[in-house]
Amino acid sequence: MSLTKAEVEHVAMLARLALTDDEVAMYTTQLNAILDYAQRLEALDTSAVAPTAHVFPLHNVFRDDVVRPSMEQAKIVANAPEEEDGFFRVPRIV
Amino acid sequence: MQEFEFEIVMGLEIHSELATKSKIFCGCTTEFGGEQNTHVCPVCLGLPGVLPVLNRQVVEYAMTAGLALNCTIAEFSKFDRKNYFYPDLPKAYQTSQYDLPIAEKGWVDITTSQGTKRIGITRVHMEEDAGKLVHGGGTLAGAGYSLADYNRTAVPLIEIVSEPDIRSVEEAIAYMEHVKAILEYTGVSDCKMEQGSLRCDANISLRPWGQKEFGVRSELKNMNSFKTLQKALEYEIERQAEILRDGGVVVQETRMWDDAKGVTISLRSKEEAHDYRYFPEPDLVPIIISREWVDRVRAALPELPEARHERLVAAYGLPSYDAGIITDSKAMADYFDAACRHYGIEPSPIADDDGYRQADQQGKDRAKQISNYMMGELTRLVKEDGKGFEDCPISPENLVGLLQLLEAGTISSKIAKTVFETMYATGKEAKVIVEEKGLVQISDEGAIAKIVAEIVDKNPNVVADYKAGKEKAVGFFVGQIMKATKGKANPGVVNQLLKAELDRR
Repeated sequence: MSLTKAEVEHVAMLARLALTDDEVAMYTTQLNAILDYAQRLEALDTSAVAPTAHVFPLHNVFRDDVVRPSMEQAKIVANAPEEEDGFFRVPRIV
Repeated sequence: MQEFEFEIVMGLEIHSELATKSKIFCGCTTEFGGEQNTHVCPVCLGLPGVLPVLNRQVVEYAMTAGLALNCTIAEFSKFDRKNYFYPDLPKAYQTSQYDLPIAEKGWVDITTSQGTKRIGITRVHMEEDAGKLVHGGGTLAGAGYSLADYNRTAVPLIEIVSEPDIRSVEEAIAYMEHVKAILEYTGVSDCKMEQGSLRCDANISLRPWGQKEFGVRSELKNMNSFKTLQKALEYEIERQAEILRDGGVVVQETRMWDDAKGVTISLRSKEEAHDYRYFPEPDLVPIIISREWVDRVRAALPELPEARHERLVAAYGLPSYDAGIITDSKAMADYFDAACRHYGIEPSPIADDDGYRQADQQGKDRAKQISNYMMGELTRLVKEDGKGFEDCPISPENLVGLLQLLEAGTISSKIAKTVFETMYATGKEAKVIVEEKGLVQISDEGAIAKIVAEIVDKNPNVVADYKAGKEKAVGFFVGQIMKATKGKANPGVVNQLLKAELDRR
């Protein structure tokens, strides 16, 4: 299994990462090394092992449908890069 | 659509906000509106280090909807992260379900002018809603920046995905209406479309008749009223048809309906779309649903629209069309049942061969009266006000009060119309209005005979017309008599006395 340069560029685009050509080359090499290492798992016979959805042996952890106080507006927007009238001000989209 | 040269293939994805009190993974309220960013906490905002915990009621509601849509409930289900960047999504991923949804493989039967048809349900899954963006500068495109309000973020949703079984706009509307009715009946969602509680996306493609493969599809986003759905689908179908007629190729893309311009516009093409890099949500553990749990939820299902439809036809003798309209809305169906109860329409204690307890003929006639008023005048008035039957100013009990006055001959059907309008405007009882305005029908033969004689005396030339065989003359006299009595004369008595008076001349 080998990741192409084009695939790395595509993933970088999806992650909104602006990479230089050198960085794309570097990450292609590094990501391929990681994938090669993970590929060692394929040597194991897992035909009798059920797919794992979660690493903890837990299921059905629920809370009751009860309303609790929210955080106050001033605290919520305190860390916003930009704020206006209790809203998060964000760059224009579309 | 008659003689359309292409076959239309559509599937709908319906999003419905669930009726829980708190959000899906935290205790913030789900209440609609509220001052911006006041129903928000570190969990729904996705701040580092928080741990979401699933609201049990979300699972119960999703199971309820799944079962009501004839789905199989999964024994094992889990959440996944759907990754994309959009400022209405503070975590930069939506917690949703990917490969192991809570319910799959269901169906609903819809009724259109073409008859009954089964639409397959691919899956029902749980997920969280996104926040709301307010755009500075008015229009979306002209805005220099946007303002984000995360009150709606993480309100629980179910997404109901249909099979590509829908073949016309009429079927799409009927399907949406039917699913809405089911969600209302089960109490899973309030289905307030104007508040965004129910909305849908549509996948649409066209193909030449007889072709097996699907054509290239476009995805239409976020239609939140039946009117929008109809207009957007009609527009998009015609847009694609025009491209194909000219020998062109439809581009696979996501489009949005622009209500102001009456067109669909392209949002993004396939290259950028749908690369969500789903992976299992590590912060939430799987859900395992036992047989017993499913049975418990199934046993608690209320009477659903189809069953209610059949009951109204069998028990009250309503035409299937009428029963269909009444049962498409839970509020309307509840109104009808309440009115029947107040009218003392008792279904027989003994069930017929099909297991239905039928009302007697008098009961059926009364039920038909109720249904006529509901489907006619009452629907018109409620719609004009933009209300539903749940907010109708005339209570079922008061409607029955009016029908009883009619049945007893206390008021004429013409007067009943006036009384009805006043009842709607004032919320008063029919009896009170009739007394206040002196609208009691005159059935006293002596009083009516006097008026009849007076009017006939005054119009000797019309009497001559009648004698000459002009039947229209009778209509003239009836009109004059009704005018003289302000519409209060009993029409049966008037006709009888008038005939006698004329024959005597």
